[in-house]
Amino acid sequence: MAVLALPEISPTRVDLLTVAEMVEPGSRVLDVGCGDGALLKMLSERRGVDGRGIELSQAGVNECVAKGLHVIQGDADTDLVAYPDDAFDYVILSQTLQATFAPRTVLEHMLRIGRRAIVSFPNFGHWRIRTHLTFRGRMPVTETLAHAWYDTPNIHFCTIRDFVGLVDLVNARVEKAVALDQAGHPVRVNAPWWFWNIFGQQAVFLLRRR
Amino acid sequence: MTTRTATPIFRLSEVDNPSSLVERFGSEDPLRLDCGVDLTPFQIAYQTYGTLDSRKANAVLVCHALTADQHLANRHPVTGAQGWWTTMVGPGRPIDTNRFFVICTNVLGACMGTTGPASTNPATGKPWGLDFPMVTIRDMVRAQAKLIDRLGIESLFCVLGGSMGGMQVLQWAASYPERVFCALPIATAAKHSAQNIAFHEVGRQAVMADPDWRKGRYIEEGTRPSKGLGVARMAAHITYLSEKALHRKFGRNLQDREAPTFSFDADFQVESYLRHQGMSFVERFDANSYLYVTRAMDYFDLAADYGGALARAFQGSRTRFCVVSFTSDWLFPTADSRATVHALNAAGGSVSFVEIATDRGHDAFLLDVPELFATTGGFIDAAARARGLSPVPSKGASADLPRERRERAEETPALSATRIGSRR
Repeated sequence: MAVLALPEISPTRVDLLTVAEMVEPGSRVLDVGCGDGALLKMLSERRGVDGRGIELSQAGVNECVAKGLHVIQGDADTDLVAYPDDAFDYVILSQTLQATFAPRTVLEHMLRIGRRAIVSFPNFGHWRIRTHLTFRGRMPVTETLAHAWYDTPNIHFCTIRDFVGLVDLVNARVEKAVALDQAGHPVRVNAPWWFWNIFGQQAVFLLRRR
Repeated sequence: MTTRTATPIFRLSEVDNPSSLVERFGSEDPLRLDCGVDLTPFQIAYQTYGTLDSRKANAVLVCHALTADQHLANRHPVTGAQGWWTTMVGPGRPIDTNRFFVICTNVLGACMGTTGPASTNPATGKPWGLDFPMVTIRDMVRAQAKLIDRLGIESLFCVLGGSMGGMQVLQWAASYPERVFCALPIATAAKHSAQNIAFHEVGRQAVMADPDWRKGRYIEEGTRPSKGLGVARMAAHITYLSEKALHRKFGRNLQDREAPTFSFDADFQVESYLRHQGMSFVERFDANSYLYVTRAMDYFDLAADYGGALARAFQGSRTRFCVVSFTSDWLFPTADSRATVHALNAAGGSVSFVEIATDRGHDAFLLDVPELFATTGGFIDAAARARGLSPVPSKGASADLPRERRERAEETPALSATRIGSRR
């Protein structure tokens, strides 16, 4: 069954594989912003997890339900509050943090609901974005950030260092962090934050409460 | 004084001896009701479609709404209309009768063959009328469970229904979690809201204000509270639609005339439509049943039976849920469904939830809404896989059914997409 999942992951979503590797087999997982359910399906088939999802779009929910996944239509900003403490081993937010209205509150809820939180997000400190802004003087539109500024759902961009600051603020600890380059390969593992902040196109963090 | 006839001049024909299947429960098998009364004897009228497989694993129970009945996918014996849920149930439909054995019972308190206030009270030989004990949603479900026992079915593959049917689904999942593999509560709530109780009260008062209601003894007195019941239906019908749907269908269009008549005639199409809804309803529904079944909905508050915490109703449940609501449903708004979903999440349940965008109001669950079928079809298929039910309809699956039943099961013409009013 393992062959099923890979082709569904687009090259721009290799963060999903990185996320999946952080999840202990057989655990309980809530995927916030689960889209068409590709990650949940992979987690259930490859890691034997008991997965749940929240997705904003009706089309996404329908796809998930048809795959046999347990997904509710909802919003990370408004619906996490209804989940009890410690309901999951992991709460995952992949490529969605920057689109939430209140990223700090969302992160706090994730750390309350789950024993661990996994967050992946595009790094606004990546060198291409910096040069784009510096030399063109316009908001960057890239492969991973494909929207113009006026119609982007991404309202709260941050850099890797910004995110590390937020992690401190919400009293969480980084258990593991990976920066991925444009090709989706991990950026040098033992590099300092400033290095990742320039060369990581996206980052994946495994967090737990302090 | 008007003449009182000794023999009833009108009585609904299906009450005691329905043309559908019926299961009778004698004094050895009473039904203990929430109000404390043991109802005995009693009977349950029901329909089935499709074939029960050898493992008895493919049974689906459809729970009907306030004024619908067991005739969900065949012609109605009283009105001649096609079944009320042929969009959802039938060959090739989300609830595929080539694949599943579908059961639909007339609810307790109703008037299409299951015991209710129009049924004959064995103690007096007369219709029960208001001597009929008050029934609840839980009583309806208890009665259904007794039928399911009789049919030798240990666990149902799926229990589904909209509106009051959805209340029964939630009650089934709470009362018999081990007997429900998956549950599909649609356009419903775990408790009836103050606004909905208020609407029901208007309807009941309309019935009781009709002088022909005769304190509930109209059958013996040879009268019919048609005006009161008609008004109740008209008022209720508005709540099943949405402002947008009414506007699209009728606007301010006049009925068969060029100009207003400056009278209280039904000048507007919407008036004419409502009057028609009211009049056709009284032909097939018992006024006292309307009082009892609306009351059952009013009393429904699932959390109250579990110390006020809805999550406790579903604690430890392994049932797979798919909750569906509609954006324009103001009778059972999405917030009601979300409350159920949040409780299921809090209980660690397996739950999916979709709010379907439509402007057709509460009635959307009965109509041709493709997103509803995509959601339910996907959910049912995935659940059937998880239960190990055969994915391909076996050839001649209905071959061992009597011929008449087979034809019924296959008779599922599509509903007109423009139809906006239906039985619930």
